Amino acid sequence: MFRIMEKRLLAPAVHQLVVEAPLVARSARPGNFVIVRTNETGERIPLTIADYDPEKGSVMLVVQEVGKSTMDIGMMEAGDSFADVAGPLGQATPIKKVGTVVGVAGGIGVAPLLPQIKLHKEIGNHVITIVGARTRDLLILKDETEQASHEVIFATDDGSFGYHGFVTAALEELIKQGRQIDEVTAIGPVRMMQATCNLTRKHNIPTLVSLNAVMVDGTGMCGCCRVTVGGETKFSCVDGPDFDGHKVDFDELASRQAFFRDEENLARELAEQKRGGCRCHEK
Amino acid sequence: MPREIVDRVEMPKQSPEERRSNFREVALGLDPELAVREAKRCIQCKTKPCTKGCPVEVEIPDFIALMAQGKFREADAKIKEKNSLPAICGRVCPQESQCESLCTLGKKFTPVAVGALERFAADWTREHSPESGCEKAGSDGPAVCAAADGIERPSARVAVIGSGPAGLTCAAELALMGYRVDIYESLHETGGVLRYGIPEFRLPKAIVNQEVDYVRSLGVRIFTNVLVGMTLDLNEMLAKGEYQAAFIGTGAGLPYFLEIPGENLNGVYSANEFLTRVNLMKAYKFPEYDTPVKIGRRVAVVGAGNVAMDAARTSLRLGAEDVKIVYRRSRTEMPARLEEIENAEEEGVQMFLLTNPVRIISDGKGGVGAMECIKMELGEPDASGRRRPVPIPGSEFTMDVDTIIIAVGQGPNPLLARATEGLALNRRGNIEARDEYGATSIPGVWAGGDIVTGAATVISAMGAGKRAARGIDIWLRSQS
Ligand SMILES: Cc1cc2nc3c(=O)[nH]c(=O)nc-3n(C[C@H](O)[C@H](O)[C@H](O)COP(=O)(O)OP(=O)(O)OC[C@H]3O[C@@H](n4cnc5c(N)ncnc54)[C@H](O)[C@@H]3O)c2cc1C
Ligand SMILES: Cc1cc2nc3c(=O)[nH]c(=O)nc-3n(C[C@H](O)[C@H](O)[C@H](O)COP(=O)(O)OP(=O)(O)OC[C@H]3O[C@@H](n4cnc5c(N)ncnc54)[C@H](O)[C@@H]3O)c2cc1C
Ligand code: FES
Repeated sequence: MFRIMEKRLLAPAVHQLVVEAPLVARSARPGNFVIVRTNETGERIPLTIADYDPEKGSVMLVVQEVGKSTMDIGMMEAGDSFADVAGPLGQATPIKKVGTVVGVAGGIGVAPLLPQIKLHKEIGNHVITIVGARTRDLLILKDETEQASHEVIFATDDGSFGYHGFVTAALEELIKQGRQIDEVTAIGPVRMMQATCNLTRKHNIPTLVSLNAVMVDGTGMCGCCRVTVGGETKFSCVDGPDFDGHKVDFDELASRQAFFRDEENLARELAEQKRGGCRCHEK
Repeated sequence: MPREIVDRVEMPKQSPEERRSNFREVALGLDPELAVREAKRCIQCKTKPCTKGCPVEVEIPDFIALMAQGKFREADAKIKEKNSLPAICGRVCPQESQCESLCTLGKKFTPVAVGALERFAADWTREHSPESGCEKAGSDGPAVCAAADGIERPSARVAVIGSGPAGLTCAAELALMGYRVDIYESLHETGGVLRYGIPEFRLPKAIVNQEVDYVRSLGVRIFTNVLVGMTLDLNEMLAKGEYQAAFIGTGAGLPYFLEIPGENLNGVYSANEFLTRVNLMKAYKFPEYDTPVKIGRRVAVVGAGNVAMDAARTSLRLGAEDVKIVYRRSRTEMPARLEEIENAEEEGVQMFLLTNPVRIISDGKGGVGAMECIKMELGEPDASGRRRPVPIPGSEFTMDVDTIIIAVGQGPNPLLARATEGLALNRRGNIEARDEYGATSIPGVWAGGDIVTGAATVISAMGAGKRAARGIDIWLRSQS
């Protein structure tokens, strides 16, 4: 069970995996995630279901190496198996016909964004996607994004490809051009989602964000993933992970994400020592 | 009265100094000699009040009489007629408010140590002869037992949701009747609270494993990583004819918080999160295991039930220097097992009673700096019959802490109910049980344990699992 059927490098230290998980594939909806454990000593980490195929009985995951557990996944090969894959978890993203939707993705956030914009397009929304990355090599899933959208803007911080600047600047230009935008969905690093919300709040554009709080069980049992939304505490694994971005306390989220920083650094250093250097710059 | 009857034998334990820095079991168990001596204290009174204190009505005087004769295996078998998990119950039941509270000997002296004897009978038997399941099981896939009671039954399949004590007991009972049973568990491990909540030093996981293995040996299949309501739909499982009946034993897994300012600061855990990291994910072995847990020097645990004691004692073992229990009522209202309160105090946990947190103060860096509390006094009795704690105006003070663990209770996890059309809940979100067997509003579906009663005890969850098995059996036989 939970065998890796295919694995592909999308960008340095960013992997696409197709994993056998028939029950998950059958019930998955856009916005759902899984909790995986690589092996018996592994931790439970959440990963968004970037695509699912009920017929093949598989789910697609896109994983960026940022620490011990994701580096362990990076080391796994097609044919290897995860110890556990549980899901689908979380509420499906509420996707309605609204008119024009702008999907804003930072870094690998485009992977979890894909199933959402596909569905938006399917039900008749006009989809504009803005994908940002630090540099050209880190832009992933370009073809898939083009296919799932009516219009795409690629943006790089260093100007090596497409629009030169942050995704928020690209979005602001769209707004200034007077384009009618009925909804924004932003997925990516906390500060990117926060900046997007600060912008859309000024223009009164409803904005959905996908919160990546630290999780343990992913089923509402521990409360580790709590976030403040509109002054109320929510469990992002069962009440989310998508929330009204204008109501989210992003500073609290960023602070909570950093709680285990020392332990994470230690685990990563030990893992790097063991395998003789990190693979973050390998191609 | 001879001294042997007056004085109850003391269970040997690791010394407080030693045990507060390791995760090994605290209570070491009796030896055969002590067990026989304690069993002989039982005066075999005619009225047997103890049995009425037992939620599953174990024939306590009968098993103790066997123990007094050194017949430990027979004693174990006698207990198992009513209770299939004696090694667990001997360790975690609140005996002092159940069987032992009614003991005739206890009226004048100390009650017979029923829990210690139960534990000994189970441990001794396990060490001297491993339990055997049914022979056919495990040979070719989902085999079935020959019904233990010889009754002819229809061939039917039952889905059990949740692998805590309620689910495990229900599954074992049904398998012993000859039904095919599949357990679905959302976590990657079985056991429910026995695995993720109750720590190793109180309930070694090797014992939980043995009990789960026993259930498997009866031909029960266990599927982990399946969250019913998300991965599978209960109504669909029944409609498709995959299962003819189901039992829901999903527990009380939703942690309550205090809803006071500062509760989302770093360093504030729910007891569930804290204990799950340590027990299920083995964070006490970080970095050998990947899951971290962070403990400060000064810990406050809010609440005074078993969960709170477990969190406090776990904190000590992870290296906290100063651990306080903060509880708004007084000592007599503390819901934890007496033995665990004593153990906690011996290990150095301090009790701040009649004290209630008001807010948590930040350290300016996103973490906990201190906790403001207020002193309480007891007023008129409330709905629970306990005297209601009321704040004393002007008695606020700050407690210097850097880690706070909230252990003020758990409610029902709403996931399954939310996704299962037609499943009726009561006002508090618990599944409504409509008869003594735990029948729910959906025909063919029973429920029991914490999901019905709210957070309760292992033995009451087991009792509910057992009654539901009986209800399911009656129903399946009436359907054929
Ligand atoms: C709902 C959700 C969906 C996600 N989807 C994806 C995805 O599709 N692809 C992807 O690459 N990443 C995804 N993530 C993030 C991913 O879970 C983390 O990168 C991963 O847990 C990091 O583990 P690590 O050991 O490699 O790094 P660590 O060094 O342990 O941590 C690096 C950072 O990752 C975060 N993190 C650590 N542990 C957890 C945890 N148990 N749960 C959540 N976050 C944690 C923290 O912010 C931490 O600072 C998602 C997170 C959430 C909450
Ligand atoms: C820390 C702690 C200490 C305790 N100490 C004691 C003690 O000393 N003595 C005592 O008698 N009692 C004690 N209790 C209480 C006791 O453990 C519970 O009353 C008992 O475990 C309830 O059993 P259950 O089978 O109803 O539920 P649980 O043990 O909670 O098991 C429910 C299981 O169902 C699973 N589940 C939930 N939802 C789903 C779903 N949708 N699909 C599939 N699976 C699902 C859960 O993951 C879990 O494994 C303690 C509880 C805690 C938390
Ligand atoms: S991750 Fe445990 S409640 Fe959300």
